[in-house]
Amino acid sequence: MRQVAIYGKGGIGKSTTTQNILAALAELGKKIMLVGCDPKSDSTRLLLGGKAQETVLNSVKEVGQENVTEEDVFKVGFGGIRCVESGGPEPGVGCAGRGIITSITTLEQLGSYEKDLDYVFYDVLGDVVCGGFAMPIREAYAKEIYIVCSGELMALYAANNICKGVLKFANSGGVRIGGIICNSRNVDNEKDMVDAFAKKIGTQMIHFIPRDNVVQRAEIQKKTVIEYDKSCGQADVYRELAGKIETNDMFIVPSPISMQELEDLMMEYGLMEEYERTTEAAKENTATQR
Amino acid sequence: MTINFKQSEEIIEEVLKVYPEKPKKNRKEHFGVNKKEDCGSCIAKSNLKSLPGVMTPRGCAYAGSKGVVWGAVKDVINISHGPVGCGIYSWGTRRNLASGEIGIENFVPFQFTTDFKERDIVFGGDKKLEQAIKELKGLFPTVKGIVVESECPIGLIGDDIEAVAKKTQAEFNIPVIPVRCEGFRGVSQSLGHHIANDSIRDFVVGNGKLDESKKTKYDVAILGDYNIGGDMWASKKVFEEIGLNVVAHWSGDGSIEKMQITHEVKYLLLHCYRSMNYIARHFEEKYAIPWVEYNFFGPTKIKESLRKIAALFDENIQQQAEKVIARHENEMQGVIDKYRPRLEGKKVMLLVGGLRPRHVVGAYEDLGMEVVAAAYEFAHSDDYERTTKELEEGVIVTDDMNEYEFVELANRLKPDLVASGIKEKYVFQKMGIPFRQMHSWDYSGPYHGYDGFEIFAKDMDLAINSPVWKFVKPAWKKN
Repeated sequence: MRQVAIYGKGGIGKSTTTQNILAALAELGKKIMLVGCDPKSDSTRLLLGGKAQETVLNSVKEVGQENVTEEDVFKVGFGGIRCVESGGPEPGVGCAGRGIITSITTLEQLGSYEKDLDYVFYDVLGDVVCGGFAMPIREAYAKEIYIVCSGELMALYAANNICKGVLKFANSGGVRIGGIICNSRNVDNEKDMVDAFAKKIGTQMIHFIPRDNVVQRAEIQKKTVIEYDKSCGQADVYRELAGKIETNDMFIVPSPISMQELEDLMMEYGLMEEYERTTEAAKENTATQR
Repeated sequence: MTINFKQSEEIIEEVLKVYPEKPKKNRKEHFGVNKKEDCGSCIAKSNLKSLPGVMTPRGCAYAGSKGVVWGAVKDVINISHGPVGCGIYSWGTRRNLASGEIGIENFVPFQFTTDFKERDIVFGGDKKLEQAIKELKGLFPTVKGIVVESECPIGLIGDDIEAVAKKTQAEFNIPVIPVRCEGFRGVSQSLGHHIANDSIRDFVVGNGKLDESKKTKYDVAILGDYNIGGDMWASKKVFEEIGLNVVAHWSGDGSIEKMQITHEVKYLLLHCYRSMNYIARHFEEKYAIPWVEYNFFGPTKIKESLRKIAALFDENIQQQAEKVIARHENEMQGVIDKYRPRLEGKKVMLLVGGLRPRHVVGAYEDLGMEVVAAAYEFAHSDDYERTTKELEEGVIVTDDMNEYEFVELANRLKPDLVASGIKEKYVFQKMGIPFRQMHSWDYSGPYHGYDGFEIFAKDMDLAINSPVWKFVKPAWKKN
């Protein structure tokens, strides 16, 4: 069983990307469990065709941790994927971080991890803001991490911070980075920049997902792209990514970079003219050298 | 004095020898050898973070707020807001006596907690708190106020106890007071006293009125007497004998209704400076009520204090004070005559909170005993300022003294009595050293006032001269 967690800056498209990858993996016949670790509990919406799930924490609240059953919290979605939502408090009260810890230990109690599974995926909220959100990697519930990001500075900044979290627990929990997934925002020179960033921290840009409105249309229909229009080009993009994850063998302990290095990277790749000038100059250089 | 300056310094050096360099440097700054002219901060550094790894005697902010200041007020209900342990293990540990029908006028013997569970942490505990307040008001309709003391998790999850307090206060028409005394705040229970004082300032002070017809020019309030074993009652009796009218007493056997009218008194008499100087200063600044510190341990200090207080009032009070002093003189001499021969020259080591290491010195000296080391748990530099004058030259003064240092100092100073708290008691008794609890007076008290001194003297005699010590001897008496 492979245990995978998807992290990334809030709003970057983690949940959408995760569910599309899962749909593609399900097409390959994989048995998968998806654990949504976001208090908004919207990580399984596309697979379940709407938000209809009782969350683990709500069940814990209603009947107590010992009395929660699998039937209460699991729903089977597209392609036989077992979906569960951690849930959490309303905004502004309680402790969502503790909620994740409670939720995962409840799943453990239920024996959900002992099922015959090929993959467990965790879709974790935004940045690793506190100990609770680090739980899946700290306790080695997740062994490989994919970070969704774009070429925007704050997305890279968040990705770099997540690497710091991973580094912290890499020795104790054995967690590794499997790669960076670039979910394009059509930023200048995005592919090269994210690729360079991935190399800097020691990993790979495992895949580049171009921006396509079909994703938005599928989302409105509460479906993954694969379910919504399985013959479209974007569906193949997700299939390709799923295939790369399936065969991935590059798992590394990241080496996060400093803020200065990150800014330099932006400078180098983020400003189009500057990029062209330097690359052209480089070309000329090599030309004259010849 | 049996110990001299140089000897004391050598002893300190020897005790600290085992520490690695950094902690040694740190702890050394918290040790001093007393010079009467020394300033507070020169004798010892204080009110700083304890060293990790040592067994500090300190408590936490919750202990200071709930255990000391608010816990003694009898007509309010204290809710320990959070998981069950803080409330349960602080239940009934402080011996702050209170009169009145239990469950009607007096809620001190009770313990209430919101008993947080996993779900309360994840989803927040505001609703549970509100429900608890509702139920308590229903069960105890005569309660005059509700005090909500935050435990650590409340501060972490950011529950809005202020909003709950405001809402329930309006609903039930009694004060509901939120106290943000999460245990991780500050370096010791001392911050808890301050937080509790601030909550009293913000939610209690000035909210009542003393009937004009009842006002006299001799109205006073006692601050910082927690009625341990009946201390406040013994003190109040003396003040009433000299003709003062004690309107309120904080917070031993205290009442929130009396606290609300305290701003109408003429003078504030402050016993425990450490835990209530904050509110005393507030009264001074906002209501121009002067405050005066006093010490009611032992006849010498009582006499001094009575004269100092009487001097603030007219001749009538001054004459009465002299009469009271004269009247008790013989009786006190009787106590001294009885016990002094049995206690003369006995050496005492002290480790108490923020007041008693200096305040009880006089009482021991009245009995012919000498304090050879005095240590505070959570004093500040203004406490040390007041300490240097009370102690003899050469006495070892320690701040936040830990278990190791205490035991090692005892091995070298060879005291006849160690006076400290429950955590230290059995360590020293097993070493064969007589011990008295100076936080709770063991099961005894009062120790304040004229009534208290006789009991104090008797207790010290019982501890030191008990035949039981024939059977267990400290290391230095064994051969």
